[in-house]
Amino acid sequence: MSGVSKWYGTFKVLNEVSLEIQRGERVVVCGPSGSGKSTLIRCINRLEEHQKGDIYVKGIELNDSVKNIAAIRSSLGMVFQSFNLFPHLTVLENLTIGPTLVRHMKRKDAEERAMHFLRKVRIPEQAHKYPLQLSGGQQQRVAIARSLCMEPEIMLFDEPTSALDPEMIKEVLDTMIELAESGMTMIVVTHEMGFARTVADNVILMADGNIVERAEPGEFFSHPKHERTRTFLDQILKH
Amino acid sequence: MARSEILEHHAELPPVLASGPWRWMHRHFFSSVGQTFLTIVVAAITIRTLWFLLQWAVLDAVWVASGPQACRDAAGACWAVIVEKHRPILFGMYPYDQHWRLVLMIVIYLTTVIASLTPACWKRSILIPMWIAAVTAITVLMFGGVFGLPYVPTSEWGGLPLTIILFTGSVLFGMPIAVLLALGRRSPLPVARGLSVVFIESLRGVPLITILFVAVNIFPLFLPAGMEVNKLLRITLSIAVFFACYQAEVIRGGLQAIPRGQYEAAASLNMTYWQTTLRIILPQALRICLPAMTNHIIAAMKNTSFVIIIGLFDILTATTAVMQDPLWRQFYIEAYLFVALIYLVFGLALSMYARRVESWVAVGRI
Ligand SMILES: Nc1ncnc2c1ncn2[C@@H]1O[C@H](COP(=O)(O)OP(=O)(O)OP(=O)(O)O)[C@@H](O)[C@H]1O
Ligand SMILES: [Mg+2]
Repeated sequence: MSGVSKWYGTFKVLNEVSLEIQRGERVVVCGPSGSGKSTLIRCINRLEEHQKGDIYVKGIELNDSVKNIAAIRSSLGMVFQSFNLFPHLTVLENLTIGPTLVRHMKRKDAEERAMHFLRKVRIPEQAHKYPLQLSGGQQQRVAIARSLCMEPEIMLFDEPTSALDPEMIKEVLDTMIELAESGMTMIVVTHEMGFARTVADNVILMADGNIVERAEPGEFFSHPKHERTRTFLDQILKH
Repeated sequence: MARSEILEHHAELPPVLASGPWRWMHRHFFSSVGQTFLTIVVAAITIRTLWFLLQWAVLDAVWVASGPQACRDAAGACWAVIVEKHRPILFGMYPYDQHWRLVLMIVIYLTTVIASLTPACWKRSILIPMWIAAVTAITVLMFGGVFGLPYVPTSEWGGLPLTIILFTGSVLFGMPIAVLLALGRRSPLPVARGLSVVFIESLRGVPLITILFVAVNIFPLFLPAGMEVNKLLRITLSIAVFFACYQAEVIRGGLQAIPRGQYEAAASLNMTYWQTTLRIILPQALRICLPAMTNHIIAAMKNTSFVIIIGLFDILTATTAVMQDPLWRQFYIEAYLFVALIYLVFGLALSMYARRVESWVAVGRI
């Protein structure tokens, strides 16, 4: 991603952002509210369209070509702050709808794969419930499993735990840590600094549409180079 | 399955509050002087009215009579008029000795519809063959001309079967059109959006009778010579389109209630526009607007009377025509009550079914 800019109307949300992420790398993005973190990762899978600069995912350019967008999206998984499960489908159907409809997988194989990932996120017994009958933490784990069923190579997380109660945050973070240990490339927007410290290869601080600092977690937390990072960390760690 | 799990979870029941019929009566009817007074007045009026109705409709009524004179001598209702005239009211001008075909048609229709509304039958492998069989059977019965059945042109159709055909046809054709119009109106493509808006707004602004007039009298002028589209079909499609314009606005409301996150989740699974629409968005939107859709479906049932403009008599207009008979004319109230009862049965069945579906939706059964 290089020199990417995006405007909402006349408001510039992303300001010439350049960023390169290697296969297998885990990157945590943090920064104050409204700094453009969500916009950044939503641009990567075209939920938002960038207006300037280039984005390449696995060497494929993200442009208006429907084919390229589909190719890029098929290697990306996305987890949202508000889960966005399909409320009219059971947990199992939420997990199989992508593989059967998009990948033309046989129902039986898709269900097998779905149960495999439900066991991974440790809620196989909820397969036949509806999303709204689950706790927030369970819903978010279903959402993670739903993305994994599409066998993505890169997972994007947009504040996956900020809509959850403290007890549930841990179960979701545990799932994400396991995912990281399996070698998945991950870009995670989060304010969970503990997670950043233990899992991330790199931590990025965004402010006002700019990447202010990018460093390894040790470096980032103990010797931040920028004044902006220091004030942000002070604020966050005070709580 | 999910439901019973929930129930088991809360096996302990809430404490039973003091209750009983007297307590309930006291709370709702006699809790103050004013309310007690009101209760007594309303009760008196109700009893008086019910007594009058009972006398008129049952005690003093004439049920069978050899002629209208017996009715004129009685003080109560003349149900004999229905015994006398039920055939032309129910079946219109369809040849008298062929009425058994219509009875069979109604039986097939009701069976098919009731089966289609039962969740156990909601499988393509059941619904599609069943409807093909039913439509074929009903077409053969109505038209005849094969298997030794005399041919009956649409111009002789009438009564309840005609009402049923118009109603079912307009809902079956109308719903898909409504969905397309609603989607078109929210489409990212300006052409689709523009067409839908113009279509919906122009047809909604015109009375149905005008649309029917155009379909019957003006539309044929645009057809190439020699080509003819059956009048009844034209009427059905016109009612369908009119119904669709209203229904489209209801469905649009349902679509608007779907949060953006649903589209985004579908997009991130790489689903196409139509996959997202058919599998994610519409199922949720239609559930949301079910009560409002039921409204328009019930209204559509009553629009069928407009076939009168091509000289066909549905059940309501057939009654008007039948009651021109000078011998029985004065007992038109009874005849109309009979027709009202038939509409009421269908209408109530529809709204009760819709309410049942809503409750299924609420517990996540469908
Ligand atoms: N659809 C939109 N239209 C207009 N402005 C928007 C839109 N989405 C976001 N913005 C604005 O863009 C800016 C960046 O938004 P973004 O959601 O990327 O921030 P964020 O860093 O994710 O913040 P948060 O931590 O609150 O999620 C904010 O000022 C927001 O108000
Ligand atoms: Mg955000």
